[in-house]
Amino acid sequence: MSAAGSFNARGVWAIYRFEMARFRRTLLQSLIAPVISTALYFVVFGSAIGSRMSQVGGVPYAAFIVPGLIMLSLFTESLSNASFGIYFPKFVGTIYELLSAPISSVEIVLAYVGAAASKSILLGLVILGTAALFVPIHILHPLWMIAFLVLTAANFSLFGFITGIWAKSFDQLQFIPMLVITPLTFLGGAFYSIDMLPPAWRTVTLFNPVVYLISGFRWSFYETSDVGVGVSLGMTLGFFALCLILVTWIFRTGYRLKN
Amino acid sequence: MTPPVLSIQNLSKSYASGLRALKDINLDIRKGEIFALLGPNGAGKTTLISIVCGIVTATTGQVSADGHDIVRDYRAARTKIGLVPQELATDTFETVWATVSFSRGLFGRAPNAAYVEKVLRDLSLWDKRKDRIMTLSGGMKRRVMIAKALAHEPEILFLDEPTAGVDVELRRDMWLLVRGLRERGVTIILTTHYIEEAEEMADRIGVISKGELILVEDKVTLMKKLGKKQLTLQLLEPLQAIPAGLGEWLLTLKSGGCELEYSFDTGADDTRIPALLRRLGELGIAYKDLNTRQSSLEDIFVSLVSERAGAAS
Repeated sequence: MSAAGSFNARGVWAIYRFEMARFRRTLLQSLIAPVISTALYFVVFGSAIGSRMSQVGGVPYAAFIVPGLIMLSLFTESLSNASFGIYFPKFVGTIYELLSAPISSVEIVLAYVGAAASKSILLGLVILGTAALFVPIHILHPLWMIAFLVLTAANFSLFGFITGIWAKSFDQLQFIPMLVITPLTFLGGAFYSIDMLPPAWRTVTLFNPVVYLISGFRWSFYETSDVGVGVSLGMTLGFFALCLILVTWIFRTGYRLKN
Repeated sequence: MTPPVLSIQNLSKSYASGLRALKDINLDIRKGEIFALLGPNGAGKTTLISIVCGIVTATTGQVSADGHDIVRDYRAARTKIGLVPQELATDTFETVWATVSFSRGLFGRAPNAAYVEKVLRDLSLWDKRKDRIMTLSGGMKRRVMIAKALAHEPEILFLDEPTAGVDVELRRDMWLLVRGLRERGVTIILTTHYIEEAEEMADRIGVISKGELILVEDKVTLMKKLGKKQLTLQLLEPLQAIPAGLGEWLLTLKSGGCELEYSFDTGADDTRIPALLRRLGELGIAYKDLNTRQSSLEDIFVSLVSERAGAAS
């Protein structure tokens, strides 16, 4: 379809391929590094600590942490891939081409977020495969697992895209994943059930949106969850809607993209 | 009369800081011409180009490219336009072939290996097609940026300071390329600090100063209208002052009285040079050499901008 039509499919495909080519070029950082760190988590949490812990919600501890580990990587990788994808053209100046191309804001978001989410989903599946080497894994609701995986990857890629536009420096680019997402994930039940916390902290934890994402994803594996799966799905979709509103505002106002 | 390929009407741009970068610009660009936009640093040249290309949002006014409004009908308008920005901004880790093909796809064009090959060959980039951009010299990177701008076969090409910082050979190559593009019907709008470049290539000249378009003229007409010729006579004996008998020529005495300079209008029927030479003979003022020099576009530009600055102060 030509760009003069209603949808610049070739433009979307060009950006998507460009971003995926970057993924291939940086395969070591993109794929192997998270897999190694996941394996280390298994050694530390699954074997060393897990061997001294009883089951959590009827699930052996090493298996219990698998969904949380996948989510941890999904959050950070979606964020860093999408934020870097749009920040780098801003940093080196090649953003001029994107802004002067016959491509709509929806198409730009679709291409960048689609590519970042694709990489994260692939990474999530690779981590799942790695985890299966350490512990036997049974997925009770595979379709829901895929749905949560895709939705979370899209969510955090969109969020990453927004932070990439917001960031004015590499320090700011690192700020959200390091100082916001990682703590929220560690405090969001990635390695424990929030039932294990004192009641007061349990209430505080419920204000952490990450709890709902990890809980829903874990439910798709073992049917055990900290909060109802409907609430998890609702929160995931709510966060997605919030990101969409933000990105719409960014393109409407040209925030940190156009003068 | 054929409609303009690019029409800019009442275009203004004010930044949040209060700076008025462009003030009510009206400009029509003819299809197939080479238009040179001249102006000192900060005059508004890049802002004007950036608005037309969709990188900067105008405060007021309309722009249409080949009849398509750049805001309402941005897809059709942008498909017609190619941009080579002033700054060298490239995807350093990509190969030349990949980055040019990316640009073509981004602008919604179907892959066309033969066309991309032609563009790369025209720009002497074919041998470098598999090289990563980071390994190329500055001049080669500049060529890559031109190749990217041409990848989607634009009908209007903006070249923002295309030869800034490039060597003489590349500059000559670019001039050839620009002429070749014009022959194929591409309209070219270039900004430059090298007045020689505008003089060499442009069909029409626009001068922008402090956000205002102060002049738009055919180059030849402009040269004729504002161009002055100067006759310089190197005297055998220095003069202390201009003799009264030469008063009607408004001469200037230079180089410690060793040179007499006479400015005359190239468009006038009678330059009054023969009469001057005869009068010098009558007064016994001998000269050992004489030469004439026509004012360049640079002289005209400097005089226009300084006149403007003088009027404003």
